[in-house]
Amino acid sequence: MIVSDPILTLSGISKRFPGVRALHDVSLALKPGRVTAIIGENGAGKSTIVKILTGIYRPDEGEIRVRGEARSFASPRDAWAAGIAAIQQETVMFDELSVAENIFMGHMPTGASRLVAWPEMRERAQALLKRIDAVIPPDFKLKRLSVAQKHLVEIARALSHEAQVLIMDEPTAALSASEIDDLFRVVAQLKSEGRAIVFISHKFDEIFRIADDFICLRDGEKVGEGSIATVTQAQLVRMMVGRPVDQFFPKRDVAIGETVLTVEGLSNATEYADVSFSLRQGEILGLYGLVGAGRSEAMQGLFGITPITRGEVTLEGQKLSIAAPSDAIAAGIAYVPEDRQDQGAILSLGIRENVTLAGLTKHVKGLFLSRASEQAETRSLGRKLSVKAAHWEQRLAELSGGNQQKVVIAKWLATRPKVIVLDEPTKGIDVGSKAAVHDFIGELAGEGLAVVLITSELPEVMGLADRVIVMKEGRIVAEFKRGQWSAEAIVGAATGAGKEAA
Amino acid sequence: MTAPVTSGDRYAVADAPQRRWRDIALRWEVILLALLALTIIVNTIASPYFLDVFNLADATFNFSEKAIIALAMALLILVREIDLSVAAIVALAAMGVGYAAEAGFGPPVLFAVAIGIGLLCGIFNGVLVSYLNLPSIVVTIGTMSLFRGLTQVILGDQAKTKFPSDFLDLGQSYFIKMKETGLSWLFLPPVPLSFLIFLGLAVLFGLVLHRTAVGRRLFAAGSNPVAARFSGIPVARLRFILFAVSGILSGLAAALLVARLGSVRSNIGIGWELDIVTMVILGGVSIAGGVGSILGVFLAVLVLGLLTFGMSLNNIPGQVVSVYIGALLIAVIAIPRIIERIRTRSTR
Amino acid sequence: MKALLRNRELVLALILVIGIAAIGAYQPAFLAWGNIRDMLTETSVLFMMALAQMVVILTRGIDLSVAANLALSGMMAALVSQYYPDVPLILMIATGIVTGLLLGMLNGALIAYLGIPPIVMTLGTLAIFRGMIIIIARGDQVNASEMGVAFQAFPKQVWLGLTSPVWIAIAVALLFWIFLGFTRAGRGLYAVGGNPVAARYCGIDQRRQDLLAYSISGAVSGLCGYLWVARYGVAYSEIASGYELTVIAACVIGGVSIGGGIGTVAGTLLGALFLGIVMTALPVMQISPFWQMAISGAVILAAVVINARAERRPDKLILPEARRLRRVTP
Repeated sequence: MIVSDPILTLSGISKRFPGVRALHDVSLALKPGRVTAIIGENGAGKSTIVKILTGIYRPDEGEIRVRGEARSFASPRDAWAAGIAAIQQETVMFDELSVAENIFMGHMPTGASRLVAWPEMRERAQALLKRIDAVIPPDFKLKRLSVAQKHLVEIARALSHEAQVLIMDEPTAALSASEIDDLFRVVAQLKSEGRAIVFISHKFDEIFRIADDFICLRDGEKVGEGSIATVTQAQLVRMMVGRPVDQFFPKRDVAIGETVLTVEGLSNATEYADVSFSLRQGEILGLYGLVGAGRSEAMQGLFGITPITRGEVTLEGQKLSIAAPSDAIAAGIAYVPEDRQDQGAILSLGIRENVTLAGLTKHVKGLFLSRASEQAETRSLGRKLSVKAAHWEQRLAELSGGNQQKVVIAKWLATRPKVIVLDEPTKGIDVGSKAAVHDFIGELAGEGLAVVLITSELPEVMGLADRVIVMKEGRIVAEFKRGQWSAEAIVGAATGAGKEAA
Repeated sequence: MTAPVTSGDRYAVADAPQRRWRDIALRWEVILLALLALTIIVNTIASPYFLDVFNLADATFNFSEKAIIALAMALLILVREIDLSVAAIVALAAMGVGYAAEAGFGPPVLFAVAIGIGLLCGIFNGVLVSYLNLPSIVVTIGTMSLFRGLTQVILGDQAKTKFPSDFLDLGQSYFIKMKETGLSWLFLPPVPLSFLIFLGLAVLFGLVLHRTAVGRRLFAAGSNPVAARFSGIPVARLRFILFAVSGILSGLAAALLVARLGSVRSNIGIGWELDIVTMVILGGVSIAGGVGSILGVFLAVLVLGLLTFGMSLNNIPGQVVSVYIGALLIAVIAIPRIIERIRTRSTR
Repeated sequence: MKALLRNRELVLALILVIGIAAIGAYQPAFLAWGNIRDMLTETSVLFMMALAQMVVILTRGIDLSVAANLALSGMMAALVSQYYPDVPLILMIATGIVTGLLLGMLNGALIAYLGIPPIVMTLGTLAIFRGMIIIIARGDQVNASEMGVAFQAFPKQVWLGLTSPVWIAIAVALLFWIFLGFTRAGRGLYAVGGNPVAARYCGIDQRRQDLLAYSISGAVSGLCGYLWVARYGVAYSEIASGYELTVIAACVIGGVSIGGGIGTVAGTLLGALFLGIVMTALPVMQISPFWQMAISGAVILAAVVINARAERRPDKLILPEARRLRRVTP
């Protein structure tokens, strides 16, 4: 094979955020006609690389070269001008505008009068879509399209810039098997046209199917790279995690007690169906699956955030009817949401106000809130979770991600729950805090709490859980007991790839 | 001053921050207090009639009714909502008072009618905003037209002017009369009923907002409604209640206004909504939600009220006063942003 | 049929036609050309103001100062007419437009570059503009007798059966239609309102778009200020008091989403026409004009409920069977 010059190189890229080292001395070369997979756990630095490539972040150190020429991207527009385009994880597009406009927004073709040349725009949009075999009328409003079709529009948008580098950040997360096949056909075609493609995915079967090269990140550093043909899945997993999975999280020995919670046939019209499980005192139940498998949605249904259409929840023998989160809290269920910034923390309030928020009633003495009682609770939980702060009135916005997460967990412990659901509790926090959170989850179970741990990180679930249930497309598809599982079996169940392989 | 410190093994976290003078000096309430002092000083120099306790007491008539509604508006804006229909509710409730007075009812019933009509209007707003999930700015522009329109339809161009004298007394006289007490005004200043009610309600609202669980939940709901809902706070129900409270206080203000004016026309209280929103925003309540204090609103009410009063003593027409008020409103929002901008530029 | 009913402009137009026909059947005088011409003249200013407001609302903003701007710009034009009667009419009109434009730019600059919330900024300038009228006119008003003849005659001129304000409104609507539909800046307004983050990705400068929107709003208010003052023959501080809310109402009825990014020239025309018809139909039908406000209030509420339904976000579709059901096959 002819080794051609890379279209784009990153060398020595570093990026720091307050409290977190997002990237450290990462180098990367993207060659024409090759698909490079970026592999790593959540928080390893993949999305930071994407944001640097697309001009959203500027690196603190390091150099970006496009076709050998040093460039710096001050804005997304600069990155586009340099021929780099991203197909975003969450589609950043315009629902109310037409497909053609979505493709050409920011660089619409204009005629001599400087007016937008609609017929030309439509024609060119049609031609671009046709190039990737997408049958989508350019006049349709974007909101009428499926997620897969929106991805194709984004690819057409990238092609409209004559982009030479295409970044696909988990493009298959919400696609069905046949839609993924269609997408991969397009990727193969783009490859054959000599474009360089960056492919980010958690699904190993996809990586082995589509990628030529890989680089592996861990905690912001590059820990491996090479041709995908030279490695096995087990080797990649080891590279990502850094050590054999089983030793990573020392599992505490906890006496598992009586059944606390039974969930029967929990269903919602469009998000999940027939979710049934039971949970014992001191048990950690892992809830594994791909992003968008309906795990958070099902647990939010249990917690009363979204209405359920069917299902029965029994806690300590009592049948519950949960219509709102306050019902769940009163019954002794706590849910620590995945989206810390939006759903968990109230950033403009202080630590004390956050910690006591969900269980506020118990601090009411007479008519008014007792500050002393609030402070006592904040102090004891803050210390238990080793929250690092200047003082307990400090606003959450000023804390690091890990400490914010500890405060959010403290808020839920303050409600004295019997069951706690942790939704991706270590997403996007630094390694030190991560270990503390892991340790703490074990401690909670040790104190007799029943824990549901939603996580997309295999080592985390395999290290901590007593039992794992796997969800796919809104349903439970497999259940494993500790000691009877393998990484391959769990991933296989989550992706559905296992069946084909077996 | 030393804050109590919790002793930990590896580090200690204080209960509260060390207070620094700069932080206190830059608090919104302190800035408002300075503005208030400035207003009083300038007006005292400009007019010998300003610093007269009877004149000042008289001046409170002109803003107390609006200020009462501003308390409810402050809570609504705190949770990212707004009620532009308050002045129209005042009109509808005032009309109700007019008809009830004609039917021969006394003050207790008249107040009950006004508050009842206000409550119904508030519930109507609340249902549309909280339970149908509609944007409050558009809903209350709609109900503003609807409520005032209904007043116009029923009242036409007539005026209601027959009111029992004990009702008018409530609105037109001082609550604490000097002659009756015989004491010096230094100990018992003459206070109009409407201002007294405003004071009482301000204390009540201040305690609820800053000292109770409900108040804390309002701050949470205003700062981050999603996280508040995830924390078990019934955000929609809180919003609904606030619209109802806004209606009740608008009704109460209507009764006080009618008692003071002694007549009701369909254009009564027109344009009040913008004055009230100005009071609240000048009081430091952020339109983005989650920030504000009742003390700030209280001080802003005094600043605006005394500014208007002082200027009227100097024969400055009301609309020119509004130039100053508009400029003040923009300046107090803009200046901290300009300072912030200069500061971030210099540290970069 | 269902697809046609989903087009709200068509539905609104249908309601209007049925309404006009019903009123005409009940009271044929309503359909007299003179009456219709008056109605169109009445509506033309509201329509232009609503178009300008729509541009602001598209960017997720709001401009409460438009009526005060109209009054101040109208006063400026009237003062020019009073003190410099020899100045050509076109310059008097330009005075109104330029005054309005500058006032709008003031709003836009502080909103875009200092990040002052639009509702706070325009609430402040609403008070300032109204007060400025008293100051520049020294507390006086400009009466018909003090304005120039040509100044007042222009809005009453009839060409091809329609008054000049109607022709101006048609021209302005055409300009807006071209601007919003066929220029990058116009489409950019929909982009920043529809999805500000995505607009940034596309290299669209939100601040420039904001400044543009408020400037347009100001300029149109200035033009309408002249038309208003000249047509009614009086300029003083209280003209068009509270009109900003009528203008916003016309937008809402016309399907402009207060959340930004949604709104059309045709929809706004229908929204303005709806209010215009209600205003003119009531006297013809011998219904008390006092009904006007209540009816527009009820219509605004109905419109906002319908808008909210149209804009409702789709459910998350995770279950395969749910996805199959909703899949669009073009």
